[in-house]
Amino acid sequence: MAAISREEVAHLARLSRLAVTEEELDRFAGQLDVILQSVARVGEVAAEDIPPTSHSVPLTNVYREDVPAPSLAQDAALSGAPDAYEGRFRVPRILDEED
Amino acid sequence: MTTIALPSYEDATSRYETVIGLETHVELGTQTKMFCGCKTDFGAEPNTQVCPVCLALPGALPAMNGAAIEATIRIGLALNCDIAEWCRMARKNYFYPDMPKNFQTSQYDEPLCVDGHVDVVVDGKEYRIGIERVHIEEDTGKTLHVGGATGRIHGATESLVDYNRAGIPLVEIVTKPVPGLGELAPEVAKAYVAELRDIIRSLGVSDVRMEQGSLRCDVNTSLNKPGEEWGTRTETKNVNSLRSVERAVRSEVIRQAGVLDGGGKITQETRHFHEDRGDTSPGRSKETATDYRYFPEPDLVPIAPDPAWVAQLKSELPEKPSTKRARLREEWGISELDMQSVANAGAVELIEETIAAGASPAGARKWWMGELARRANELGIELSAAGATPAQVAALQKLVDEGKLNDKLARTVLEGVVAGEGDPAEVMAARGLEVVNDTGALTAAVDEAIAANPDIADKIRDGKVAAAGALVGAVMKTTRGQADAKTVRELILARLGVS
Repeated sequence: MAAISREEVAHLARLSRLAVTEEELDRFAGQLDVILQSVARVGEVAAEDIPPTSHSVPLTNVYREDVPAPSLAQDAALSGAPDAYEGRFRVPRILDEED
Repeated sequence: MTTIALPSYEDATSRYETVIGLETHVELGTQTKMFCGCKTDFGAEPNTQVCPVCLALPGALPAMNGAAIEATIRIGLALNCDIAEWCRMARKNYFYPDMPKNFQTSQYDEPLCVDGHVDVVVDGKEYRIGIERVHIEEDTGKTLHVGGATGRIHGATESLVDYNRAGIPLVEIVTKPVPGLGELAPEVAKAYVAELRDIIRSLGVSDVRMEQGSLRCDVNTSLNKPGEEWGTRTETKNVNSLRSVERAVRSEVIRQAGVLDGGGKITQETRHFHEDRGDTSPGRSKETATDYRYFPEPDLVPIAPDPAWVAQLKSELPEKPSTKRARLREEWGISELDMQSVANAGAVELIEETIAAGASPAGARKWWMGELARRANELGIELSAAGATPAQVAALQKLVDEGKLNDKLARTVLEGVVAGEGDPAEVMAARGLEVVNDTGALTAAVDEAIAANPDIADKIRDGKVAAAGALVGAVMKTTRGQADAKTVRELILARLGVS
Protein backbone atom coordinates (compact mmCIF):
# COMPACT_ATOMS: atom_id res chain seq x y z
CA MET A 1 0.00 0.00 0.00
CA ALA A 2 1.22 3.49 -0.81
CA ALA A 3 2.40 5.60 2.14
CA ILE A 4 0.83 8.74 0.69
CA SER A 5 -2.21 9.09 -1.52
CA ARG A 6 -2.67 11.31 -4.53
CA GLU A 7 -5.37 13.19 -2.57
CA GLU A 8 -2.95 13.84 0.32
CA VAL A 9 -0.41 15.27 -2.08
CA ALA A 10 -3.08 17.53 -3.58
CA HIS A 11 -4.09 18.65 -0.07
CA LEU A 12 -0.48 19.41 0.89
CA ALA A 13 -0.01 21.32 -2.35
CA ARG A 14 -3.06 23.43 -1.56
CA LEU A 15 -1.81 24.14 2.00
CA SER A 16 1.52 25.19 0.51
CA ARG A 17 -0.23 27.30 -2.14
CA LEU A 18 1.51 25.36 -4.91
CA ALA A 19 -0.16 25.02 -8.31
CA VAL A 20 0.31 21.36 -9.23
CA THR A 21 -0.95 19.81 -12.47
CA GLU A 22 -2.71 16.43 -12.65
CA GLU A 23 0.38 14.85 -14.18
CA GLU A 24 2.59 16.30 -11.47
CA LEU A 25 0.29 14.93 -8.76
CA ASP A 26 0.83 11.42 -10.11
CA ARG A 27 4.57 11.93 -10.39
CA PHE A 28 5.04 13.55 -6.95
CA ALA A 29 2.83 11.00 -5.21
CA GLY A 30 5.08 8.28 -6.60
CA GLN A 31 8.29 10.08 -5.62
CA LEU A 32 7.08 10.99 -2.14
CA ASP A 33 5.96 7.41 -1.63
CA VAL A 34 9.48 6.14 -2.25
CA ILE A 35 10.88 8.66 0.25
CA LEU A 36 8.31 7.84 2.92
CA GLN A 37 8.73 4.09 2.51
CA SER A 38 12.50 4.49 2.88
CA VAL A 39 12.15 6.59 6.05
CA ALA A 40 9.60 4.13 7.44
CA ARG A 41 12.25 1.40 7.35
CA VAL A 42 14.02 3.21 10.21
CA GLY A 43 10.99 2.44 12.36
CA GLU A 44 11.46 -1.26 11.73
CA VAL A 45 14.80 -1.35 13.51
CA ALA A 46 13.81 0.99 16.36
CA ALA A 47 13.13 -1.11 19.46
CA GLU A 48 10.94 -0.18 22.41
CA ASP A 49 13.92 1.16 24.33
CA ILE A 50 14.92 3.64 21.63
CA PRO A 51 12.95 6.88 22.01
CA PRO A 52 12.18 9.01 18.93
CA THR A 53 14.96 11.51 18.27
CA SER A 54 14.26 15.10 17.31
CA HIS A 55 17.76 16.45 17.80
CA SER A 56 21.05 14.84 16.94
CA VAL A 57 23.04 16.61 19.68
CA PRO A 58 22.22 15.90 23.35
CA LEU A 59 22.02 19.55 24.39
CA THR A 60 19.37 21.46 26.33
CA ASN A 61 18.94 25.08 27.47
CA VAL A 62 20.99 26.92 24.89
CA TYR A 63 20.05 30.56 25.35
CA ARG A 64 21.09 33.97 24.15
CA GLU A 65 21.39 37.06 26.37
CA ASP A 66 18.56 39.58 25.88
CA VAL A 67 20.89 42.19 24.40
CA PRO A 68 20.05 44.05 21.17
CA ALA A 69 22.17 43.41 18.11
CA PRO A 70 22.21 45.60 15.00
CA SER A 71 19.35 45.07 12.55
CA LEU A 72 19.46 45.50 8.80
CA ALA A 73 18.79 48.93 7.36
CA GLN A 74 15.37 49.22 5.75
CA ASP A 75 16.69 49.36 2.18
CA ALA A 76 18.95 46.37 2.84
CA ALA A 77 16.03 44.44 4.33
CA LEU A 78 13.91 45.15 1.26
CA SER A 79 16.71 44.70 -1.28
CA GLY A 80 15.92 41.05 -1.98
CA ALA A 81 12.19 41.57 -2.27
CA PRO A 82 10.55 41.35 -5.71
CA ASP A 83 8.48 44.40 -4.82
CA ALA A 84 8.24 46.98 -2.02
CA TYR A 85 6.23 50.09 -1.25
CA GLU A 86 6.90 52.78 1.38
CA GLY A 87 9.24 50.62 3.40
CA ARG A 88 7.03 47.56 3.29
CA PHE A 89 7.20 44.31 1.38
CA ARG A 90 4.55 44.28 -1.33
CA VAL A 91 2.92 40.89 -1.89
CA PRO A 92 -0.05 39.76 -3.99
CA ARG A 93 -3.43 39.56 -2.34
CA ILE A 94 -3.80 36.19 -0.64
CA LEU A 95 -7.07 34.54 -1.58
CA ASP A 96 -9.44 32.54 0.59
CA GLU A 97 -7.75 33.35 3.85
CA GLU A 98 -10.20 35.82 5.28
CA ASP A 99 -13.61 37.17 4.38
CA MET B 1 -30.52 36.98 3.15
CA THR B 2 -33.11 36.08 5.75
CA THR B 3 -32.75 37.71 9.10
CA ILE B 4 -33.01 35.43 12.09
CA ALA B 5 -35.01 36.87 14.96
CA LEU B 6 -32.57 37.30 17.82
CA PRO B 7 -33.62 36.62 21.40
CA SER B 8 -32.71 39.01 24.19
CA TYR B 9 -29.61 38.10 26.19
CA GLU B 10 -31.72 37.28 29.26
CA ASP B 11 -34.00 35.06 27.19
CA ALA B 12 -31.03 33.27 25.61
CA THR B 13 -29.35 32.52 28.93
CA SER B 14 -32.61 31.35 30.48
CA ARG B 15 -32.85 28.57 27.88
CA TYR B 16 -29.22 27.78 27.04
CA GLU B 17 -26.09 27.10 29.07
CA THR B 18 -22.85 28.69 27.99
CA VAL B 19 -19.32 27.31 27.89
CA ILE B 20 -16.55 29.83 27.33
CA GLY B 21 -12.82 29.51 26.86
CA LEU B 22 -10.20 32.20 26.40
CA GLU B 23 -6.94 32.25 24.51
CA THR B 24 -4.83 35.22 25.40
CA HIS B 25 -1.65 36.32 23.68
CA VAL B 26 0.81 38.48 25.56
CA GLU B 27 3.73 40.17 23.83
CA LEU B 28 6.67 40.08 26.21
CA GLY B 29 8.53 43.28 26.95
CA THR B 30 11.98 41.84 26.29
CA GLN B 31 14.63 44.07 24.76
CA THR B 32 15.06 41.73 21.80
CA LYS B 33 13.06 39.26 19.73
CA MET B 34 12.56 35.59 20.55
CA PHE B 35 15.16 34.15 18.19
CA CYS B 36 17.37 37.09 17.19
CA GLY B 37 18.82 40.29 18.61
CA CYS B 38 16.49 42.71 16.79
CA LYS B 39 14.87 45.32 19.01
CA THR B 40 11.17 45.19 19.88
CA ASP B 41 10.33 48.91 20.10
CA PHE B 42 6.70 49.77 19.33
CA GLY B 43 6.06 52.21 16.50
CA ALA B 44 9.44 52.03 14.74
CA GLU B 45 9.66 52.72 10.98
CA PRO B 46 8.55 49.62 9.05
CA ASN B 47 11.16 46.91 8.50
CA THR B 48 13.90 48.63 10.50
CA GLN B 49 13.92 46.04 13.31
CA VAL B 50 14.55 43.02 11.12
CA CYS B 51 17.51 40.77 10.32
CA PRO B 52 18.24 37.58 8.37
CA VAL B 53 16.72 35.44 11.17
CA CYS B 54 13.32 37.14 11.46
CA LEU B 55 13.18 37.69 7.69
CA ALA B 56 13.94 33.97 7.20
CA LEU B 57 16.79 34.58 4.79
CA PRO B 58 18.46 31.36 3.65
CA GLY B 59 20.88 29.85 6.16
CA ALA B 60 19.83 32.00 9.12
CA LEU B 61 19.54 30.10 12.41
CA PRO B 62 17.48 31.02 15.48
CA ALA B 63 18.99 31.53 18.95
CA MET B 64 16.55 31.42 21.85
CA ASN B 65 16.12 34.45 24.12
CA GLY B 66 16.73 33.24 27.69
CA ALA B 67 14.87 36.21 29.19
CA ALA B 68 11.71 35.18 27.30
CA ILE B 69 11.92 31.65 28.69
CA GLU B 70 12.31 33.04 32.21
CA ALA B 71 9.35 35.40 31.72
CA THR B 72 7.15 32.56 30.46
CA ILE B 73 8.03 30.39 33.45
CA ARG B 74 7.26 33.27 35.81
CA ILE B 75 3.88 33.79 34.13
CA GLY B 76 3.20 30.06 34.46
CA LEU B 77 4.14 30.08 38.14
CA ALA B 78 1.98 33.16 38.83
CA LEU B 79 -0.93 31.29 37.23
CA ASN B 80 -0.31 28.29 39.54
CA CYS B 81 0.93 26.09 36.71
CA ASP B 82 3.33 23.14 36.78
CA ILE B 83 6.50 23.85 34.82
CA ALA B 84 7.59 21.18 32.33
CA GLU B 85 10.87 19.50 33.21
CA TRP B 86 11.60 19.08 29.51
CA CYS B 87 9.85 20.40 26.43
CA ARG B 88 10.48 21.39 22.84
CA MET B 89 9.61 24.13 20.41
CA ALA B 90 7.61 23.10 17.35
CA ARG B 91 7.05 24.38 13.84
CA LYS B 92 3.49 25.35 12.98
CA ASN B 93 3.42 25.32 9.20
CA TYR B 94 1.12 27.64 7.31
CA PHE B 95 1.44 29.73 4.21
CA TYR B 96 0.66 33.37 4.77
CA PRO B 97 2.90 36.41 4.25
CA ASP B 98 2.74 37.49 7.92
CA MET B 99 5.48 34.88 8.58
CA PRO B 100 8.31 34.90 6.04
CA LYS B 101 9.48 31.45 7.18
CA ASN B 102 6.13 29.91 6.19
CA PHE B 103 5.95 28.54 9.70
CA GLN B 104 5.62 30.00 13.16
CA THR B 105 7.99 28.70 15.82
CA SER B 106 5.64 27.74 18.62
CA GLN B 107 4.96 24.88 21.00
CA TYR B 108 2.55 22.06 20.32
CA ASP B 109 2.02 19.05 22.58
CA GLU B 110 4.80 20.00 25.00
CA PRO B 111 3.93 23.43 26.46
CA LEU B 112 6.31 24.98 28.98
CA CYS B 113 3.61 25.41 31.65
CA VAL B 114 0.46 23.35 32.28
CA ASP B 115 -2.51 22.96 34.57
CA GLY B 116 -2.92 26.16 36.57
CA HIS B 117 -5.76 28.40 37.66
CA VAL B 118 -6.81 31.99 38.23
CA ASP B 119 -9.47 33.05 40.72
CA VAL B 120 -11.67 36.02 39.89
CA VAL B 121 -14.43 37.74 41.83
CA VAL B 122 -17.62 38.93 40.15
CA ASP B 123 -20.48 40.39 42.19
CA GLY B 124 -18.85 39.20 45.40
CA LYS B 125 -18.60 35.58 44.26
CA GLU B 126 -15.33 33.80 43.45
CA TYR B 127 -14.91 31.81 40.24
CA ARG B 128 -11.95 29.55 39.49
CA ILE B 129 -10.80 29.62 35.87
CA GLY B 130 -8.64 26.61 34.99
CA ILE B 131 -5.51 27.21 32.91
CA GLU B 132 -4.88 24.48 30.39
CA ARG B 133 -1.47 25.63 29.20
CA VAL B 134 0.95 28.52 28.83
CA HIS B 135 3.40 28.30 25.98
CA ILE B 136 5.98 30.47 24.24
CA GLU B 137 5.93 31.33 20.55
CA GLU B 138 6.71 34.27 18.28
CA ASP B 139 4.52 37.08 17.02
CA THR B 140 3.79 37.57 13.32
CA GLY B 141 4.39 40.54 11.04
CA LYS B 142 1.76 43.19 10.36
CA THR B 143 -0.04 43.08 7.03
CA LEU B 144 -1.79 46.07 5.53
CA HIS B 145 -4.31 45.26 2.81
CA VAL B 146 -4.49 47.92 0.14
CA GLY B 147 -6.52 48.54 -2.96
CA GLY B 148 -9.85 47.78 -1.28
CA ALA B 149 -12.14 50.36 0.24
CA THR B 150 -12.38 48.78 3.68
CA GLY B 151 -8.75 48.10 4.58
CA ARG B 152 -9.68 44.45 5.00
CA ILE B 153 -8.53 41.81 2.57
CA HIS B 154 -11.92 41.71 0.86
CA GLY B 155 -11.52 43.75 -2.31
CA ALA B 156 -7.83 44.32 -1.66
CA THR B 157 -5.48 43.91 -4.58
CA GLU B 158 -2.27 43.51 -2.61
CA SER B 159 -0.82 43.42 0.88
CA LEU B 160 2.03 45.42 2.40
CA VAL B 161 4.03 43.70 5.10
CA ASP B 162 6.10 45.06 7.99
CA TYR B 163 8.14 42.41 9.81
CA ASN B 164 9.16 44.52 12.83
CA ARG B 165 6.69 42.56 14.97
CA ALA B 166 7.61 39.19 13.46
CA GLY B 167 9.58 37.22 16.01
CA ILE B 168 8.70 39.23 19.12
CA PRO B 169 8.23 36.76 22.01
CA LEU B 170 4.57 35.93 22.45
CA VAL B 171 3.12 33.95 25.33
CA GLU B 172 -0.15 32.14 24.72
CA ILE B 173 -2.34 31.42 27.73
CA VAL B 174 -5.22 29.01 27.18
CA THR B 175 -7.98 28.38 29.72
CA LYS B 176 -9.80 25.14 30.20
CA PRO B 177 -13.43 25.31 29.06
CA VAL B 178 -15.48 27.17 31.68
CA PRO B 179 -19.07 25.92 32.01
CA GLY B 180 -21.71 26.83 34.55
CA LEU B 181 -21.35 30.61 34.56
CA GLY B 182 -24.94 31.21 33.45
CA GLU B 183 -25.72 34.78 32.51
CA LEU B 184 -22.50 35.99 34.16
CA ALA B 185 -20.25 34.45 31.47
CA PRO B 186 -19.45 37.83 29.82
CA GLU B 187 -18.59 39.48 33.16
CA VAL B 188 -16.45 36.53 34.30
CA ALA B 189 -14.62 36.52 30.95
CA LYS B 190 -13.86 40.22 31.36
CA ALA B 191 -12.82 39.80 35.00
CA TYR B 192 -10.49 36.95 34.00
CA VAL B 193 -8.73 39.02 31.35
CA ALA B 194 -8.46 41.95 33.78
CA GLU B 195 -6.97 39.68 36.47
CA LEU B 196 -4.59 38.11 33.96
CA ARG B 197 -3.51 41.59 32.86
CA ASP B 198 -2.91 42.66 36.47
CA ILE B 199 -0.94 39.50 37.26
CA ILE B 200 1.28 39.87 34.20
CA ARG B 201 1.76 43.57 34.81
CA SER B 202 2.80 42.83 38.41
CA LEU B 203 5.51 40.52 37.04
CA GLY B 204 6.89 43.34 34.91
CA VAL B 205 7.26 41.08 31.86
CA SER B 206 4.91 42.96 29.51
CA ASP B 207 3.17 46.31 29.40
CA VAL B 208 -0.05 44.35 28.62
CA ARG B 209 -1.72 47.19 26.72
CA MET B 210 -4.73 45.96 24.82
CA GLU B 211 -4.97 49.13 22.74
CA GLN B 212 -1.41 48.61 21.48
CA GLY B 213 -1.95 44.91 20.94
CA SER B 214 0.53 43.68 23.54
CA LEU B 215 -2.39 41.77 25.12
CA ARG B 216 -4.82 40.20 22.66
CA CYS B 217 -7.70 37.94 23.36
CA ASP B 218 -9.66 35.29 21.45
CA VAL B 219 -12.94 34.21 22.99
CA ASN B 220 -14.46 30.76 22.45
CA THR B 221 -18.17 30.44 23.03
CA SER B 222 -20.63 27.58 22.75
CA LEU B 223 -24.21 27.00 23.85
CA ASN B 224 -26.06 23.87 24.87
CA LYS B 225 -29.51 23.09 26.23
CA PRO B 226 -29.47 22.08 29.93
CA GLY B 227 -28.64 18.38 30.25
CA GLU B 228 -27.25 18.12 26.74
CA GLU B 229 -23.65 17.88 25.56
CA TRP B 230 -21.61 21.03 25.00
CA GLY B 231 -22.31 22.65 21.66
CA THR B 232 -20.03 23.53 18.75
CA ARG B 233 -17.83 26.49 19.61
CA THR B 234 -16.85 29.54 17.65
CA GLU B 235 -13.65 31.50 18.17
CA THR B 236 -14.02 35.27 18.20
CA LYS B 237 -10.90 37.23 17.30
CA ASN B 238 -10.07 40.91 17.23
CA VAL B 239 -11.25 41.50 20.80
CA ASN B 240 -9.12 44.46 21.74
CA SER B 241 -10.41 45.86 25.01
CA LEU B 242 -11.78 44.57 28.30
CA ARG B 243 -15.17 45.95 27.41
CA SER B 244 -15.03 44.11 24.07
CA VAL B 245 -14.36 40.80 25.84
CA GLU B 246 -17.66 41.21 27.64
CA ARG B 247 -19.52 42.40 24.56
CA ALA B 248 -18.07 39.67 22.33
CA VAL B 249 -19.33 36.88 24.61
CA ARG B 250 -22.72 38.54 24.99
CA SER B 251 -23.24 39.09 21.27
CA GLU B 252 -22.10 35.56 20.40
CA VAL B 253 -24.49 34.04 22.97
CA ILE B 254 -27.36 35.98 21.43
CA ARG B 255 -26.34 35.11 17.86
CA GLN B 256 -25.90 31.40 18.56
CA ALA B 257 -29.20 31.23 20.46
CA GLY B 258 -30.89 32.78 17.43
CA VAL B 259 -29.35 30.18 15.09
CA LEU B 260 -30.25 27.28 17.41
CA ASP B 261 -33.80 28.61 17.97
CA GLY B 262 -34.29 28.59 14.21
CA GLY B 263 -33.26 24.93 14.05
CA GLY B 264 -29.85 25.78 12.60
CA LYS B 265 -26.41 24.44 13.45
CA ILE B 266 -23.40 26.35 14.71
CA THR B 267 -20.43 26.16 12.36
CA GLN B 268 -17.03 25.78 13.98
CA GLU B 269 -15.32 28.89 12.68
CA THR B 270 -13.31 31.96 13.45
CA ARG B 271 -15.36 35.12 13.79
CA HIS B 272 -14.24 38.73 13.87
CA PHE B 273 -15.50 41.11 16.52
CA HIS B 274 -16.47 44.58 15.30
CA GLU B 275 -15.81 47.21 17.92
CA ASP B 276 -18.14 49.72 16.25
CA ARG B 277 -21.15 47.43 15.85
CA GLY B 278 -20.57 45.27 18.91
CA ASP B 279 -21.15 42.01 17.03
CA THR B 280 -19.20 39.40 15.08
CA SER B 281 -18.94 38.29 11.45
CA PRO B 282 -17.53 35.04 10.06
CA GLY B 283 -13.83 34.90 9.24
CA ARG B 284 -11.73 32.25 7.55
CA SER B 285 -12.61 28.62 8.19
CA LYS B 286 -9.98 27.23 10.47
CA GLU B 287 -7.27 24.90 9.23
CA THR B 288 -7.18 21.82 11.43
CA ALA B 289 -4.22 20.99 13.66
CA THR B 290 -3.03 18.30 11.23
CA ASP B 291 -3.05 20.88 8.44
CA TYR B 292 -0.43 22.80 10.41
CA ARG B 293 1.86 19.75 10.21
CA TYR B 294 3.49 20.45 13.56
CA PHE B 295 6.87 18.86 14.15
CA PRO B 296 9.69 19.43 16.67
CA GLU B 297 11.85 22.42 15.74
CA PRO B 298 15.21 20.93 14.71
CA ASP B 299 17.11 24.24 14.94
CA LEU B 300 16.42 24.77 18.66
CA VAL B 301 17.45 22.38 21.42
CA PRO B 302 14.93 21.32 24.10
CA ILE B 303 14.11 23.48 27.11
CA ALA B 304 14.78 21.77 30.45
CA PRO B 305 14.48 24.29 33.30
CA ASP B 306 16.52 23.42 36.39
CA PRO B 307 13.96 22.65 39.16
CA ALA B 308 16.06 24.62 41.67
CA TRP B 309 15.92 27.67 39.40
CA VAL B 310 12.16 27.28 38.96
CA ALA B 311 11.76 27.02 42.76
CA GLN B 312 13.80 30.19 43.14
CA LEU B 313 11.68 32.04 40.55
CA LYS B 314 8.57 30.89 42.41
CA SER B 315 9.86 32.15 45.75
CA GLU B 316 10.62 35.54 44.16
CA LEU B 317 7.15 36.11 42.65
CA PRO B 318 5.67 39.50 43.60
CA GLU B 319 2.62 39.94 45.81
CA LYS B 320 -0.48 38.60 44.03
CA PRO B 321 -2.69 41.42 42.70
CA SER B 322 -5.69 40.06 44.66
CA THR B 323 -3.66 40.04 47.91
CA LYS B 324 -2.38 43.50 47.12
CA ARG B 325 -5.90 44.77 46.49
CA ALA B 326 -7.02 43.46 49.89
CA ARG B 327 -4.09 45.23 51.54
CA LEU B 328 -4.67 48.52 49.68
CA ARG B 329 -8.39 48.37 50.43
CA GLU B 330 -7.51 48.42 54.13
CA GLU B 331 -5.02 51.24 53.69
CA TRP B 332 -7.39 53.35 51.62
CA GLY B 333 -10.35 52.60 53.86
CA ILE B 334 -12.83 51.79 51.09
CA SER B 335 -15.47 49.10 50.66
CA GLU B 336 -14.91 45.85 48.77
CA LEU B 337 -17.35 47.00 46.12
CA ASP B 338 -15.44 50.26 45.62
CA MET B 339 -12.17 48.34 45.43
CA GLN B 340 -13.66 46.06 42.80
CA SER B 341 -14.67 49.08 40.73
CA VAL B 342 -11.15 50.46 41.08
CA ALA B 343 -9.69 47.12 39.96
CA ASN B 344 -12.12 46.73 37.07
CA ALA B 345 -11.23 50.21 35.88
CA GLY B 346 -7.54 49.27 35.89
CA ALA B 347 -6.90 52.02 38.42
CA VAL B 348 -5.17 50.17 41.30
CA GLU B 349 -1.59 50.99 40.32
CA LEU B 350 -2.51 54.45 39.06
CA ILE B 351 -4.12 55.39 42.37
CA GLU B 352 -1.28 53.76 44.31
CA GLU B 353 1.28 55.81 42.37
CA THR B 354 -0.77 58.98 42.78
CA ILE B 355 -0.80 58.46 46.54
CA ALA B 356 2.94 57.78 46.47
CA ALA B 357 3.30 61.13 44.67
CA GLY B 358 1.67 62.87 47.62
CA ALA B 359 -2.12 62.78 47.17
CA SER B 360 -4.57 61.53 49.79
CA PRO B 361 -6.28 58.19 49.01
CA ALA B 362 -9.64 59.93 48.61
CA GLY B 363 -8.19 62.68 46.43
CA ALA B 364 -6.35 60.23 44.18
CA ARG B 365 -9.36 57.93 43.81
CA LYS B 366 -11.70 60.83 43.05
CA TRP B 367 -9.89 61.90 39.86
CA TRP B 368 -9.08 58.45 38.49
CA MET B 369 -12.53 57.02 39.13
CA GLY B 370 -14.28 60.27 38.18
CA GLU B 371 -13.21 62.50 35.31
CA LEU B 372 -10.48 60.21 33.95
CA ALA B 373 -12.50 56.98 34.12
CA ARG B 374 -15.36 58.75 32.36
CA ARG B 375 -13.04 59.92 29.62
CA ALA B 376 -11.47 56.46 29.19
CA ASN B 377 -14.94 54.93 28.99
CA GLU B 378 -16.17 57.42 26.41
CA LEU B 379 -13.14 56.91 24.21
CA GLY B 380 -13.03 53.16 24.81
CA ILE B 381 -9.39 53.30 25.95
CA GLU B 382 -7.47 52.04 28.97
CA LEU B 383 -7.46 54.35 31.97
CA SER B 384 -3.66 54.50 31.84
CA ALA B 385 -4.00 56.02 28.36
CA ALA B 386 -6.53 58.66 29.42
CA GLY B 387 -3.88 61.39 29.18
CA ALA B 388 -2.80 62.15 32.74
CA THR B 389 0.01 60.66 34.81
CA PRO B 390 -0.17 59.83 38.53
CA ALA B 391 2.28 62.68 39.20
CA GLN B 392 0.01 65.14 37.36
CA VAL B 393 -3.08 63.99 39.24
CA ALA B 394 -1.21 64.31 42.55
CA ALA B 395 -0.11 67.84 41.57
CA LEU B 396 -3.70 68.73 40.66
CA GLN B 397 -5.03 67.50 43.99
CA LYS B 398 -2.28 69.43 45.79
CA LEU B 399 -3.44 72.65 44.09
CA VAL B 400 -6.99 71.91 45.28
CA ASP B 401 -5.79 71.15 48.82
CA GLU B 402 -3.86 74.44 48.88
CA GLY B 403 -6.98 76.32 47.86
CA LYS B 404 -5.47 77.49 44.57
CA LEU B 405 -8.09 75.60 42.56
CA ASN B 406 -11.68 74.88 43.40
CA ASP B 407 -13.37 71.76 42.17
CA LYS B 408 -14.73 73.31 39.01
CA LEU B 409 -11.45 74.95 38.02
CA ALA B 410 -9.57 71.73 38.79
CA ARG B 411 -11.75 69.91 36.28
CA THR B 412 -10.94 72.53 33.65
CA VAL B 413 -7.23 72.23 34.45
CA LEU B 414 -7.46 68.45 34.12
CA GLU B 415 -9.07 68.90 30.71
CA GLY B 416 -6.02 70.92 29.71
CA VAL B 417 -3.66 68.28 31.10
CA VAL B 418 -5.28 65.46 29.12
CA ALA B 419 -5.30 67.70 26.05
CA GLY B 420 -1.51 67.73 26.32
CA GLU B 421 -1.12 71.33 27.51
CA GLY B 422 1.35 70.31 30.21
CA ASP B 423 1.37 69.83 33.96
CA PRO B 424 -1.46 71.28 36.10
CA ALA B 425 0.57 74.33 37.14
CA GLU B 426 1.41 75.09 33.50
CA VAL B 427 -2.20 74.70 32.37
CA MET B 428 -3.32 76.90 35.27
CA ALA B 429 -0.85 79.64 34.32
CA ALA B 430 -1.49 79.41 30.57
CA ARG B 431 -5.26 79.53 30.92
CA GLY B 432 -5.27 82.02 33.79
CA LEU B 433 -7.21 79.69 36.05
CA GLU B 434 -6.66 80.43 39.69
CA VAL B 435 -9.01 80.86 42.56
CA VAL B 436 -9.37 84.55 43.30
CA ASN B 437 -7.84 84.84 46.75
CA ASP B 438 -7.32 88.55 46.56
CA THR B 439 -9.67 89.56 49.37
CA GLY B 440 -9.99 93.09 48.04
CA ALA B 441 -11.28 91.91 44.65
CA LEU B 442 -13.56 89.36 46.30
CA THR B 443 -15.00 91.87 48.74
CA ALA B 444 -15.72 94.24 45.88
CA ALA B 445 -17.54 91.48 44.02
CA VAL B 446 -19.49 90.55 47.15
CA ASP B 447 -20.51 94.18 47.78
CA GLU B 448 -21.57 94.48 44.16
CA ALA B 449 -23.74 91.36 44.47
CA ILE B 450 -25.32 92.65 47.68
CA ALA B 451 -26.03 96.02 46.13
CA ALA B 452 -27.58 94.40 43.05
CA ASN B 453 -29.85 92.14 45.11
CA PRO B 454 -31.13 94.19 48.07
CA ASP B 455 -34.17 91.88 48.61
CA ILE B 456 -32.01 88.82 49.04
CA ALA B 457 -29.59 90.73 51.25
CA ASP B 458 -32.51 91.71 53.51
CA LYS B 459 -33.66 88.10 53.79
CA ILE B 460 -30.22 87.03 54.86
CA ARG B 461 -30.03 89.83 57.41
CA ASP B 462 -33.36 88.50 58.74
CA GLY B 463 -31.68 85.15 59.34
CA LYS B 464 -32.62 83.28 56.14
CA VAL B 465 -29.03 82.16 55.64
CA ALA B 466 -30.02 79.67 52.92
CA ALA B 467 -30.74 82.59 50.60
CA ALA B 468 -27.00 83.32 50.49
CA GLY B 469 -26.71 80.71 47.70
CA ALA B 470 -28.11 83.17 45.16
CA LEU B 471 -25.49 85.77 46.08
CA VAL B 472 -22.71 83.18 46.00
CA GLY B 473 -23.86 82.35 42.48
CA ALA B 474 -23.72 86.00 41.47
CA VAL B 475 -20.19 86.39 42.82
CA MET B 476 -19.02 83.20 41.12
CA LYS B 477 -20.39 84.62 37.90
CA THR B 478 -18.54 87.93 38.16
CA THR B 479 -15.31 86.10 39.07
CA ARG B 480 -15.88 83.62 36.19
CA GLY B 481 -15.89 80.69 38.60
CA GLN B 482 -12.45 81.51 39.89
CA ALA B 483 -13.45 81.97 43.52
CA ASP B 484 -13.76 79.48 46.31
CA ALA B 485 -17.50 79.13 46.97
CA LYS B 486 -17.02 78.52 50.68
CA THR B 487 -14.90 81.62 51.13
CA VAL B 488 -17.42 83.71 49.17
CA ARG B 489 -20.26 82.46 51.33
CA GLU B 490 -18.39 83.29 54.54
CA LEU B 491 -17.56 86.72 53.17
CA ILE B 492 -21.21 87.44 52.25
CA LEU B 493 -22.44 86.41 55.68
CA ALA B 494 -19.70 88.50 57.33
CA ARG B 495 -20.58 91.60 55.24
CA LEU B 496 -24.24 91.20 56.18
CA GLY B 497 -23.32 90.72 59.83
CA VAL B 498 -24.88 87.30 60.34
CA SER B 499 -21.82 85.09 60.78
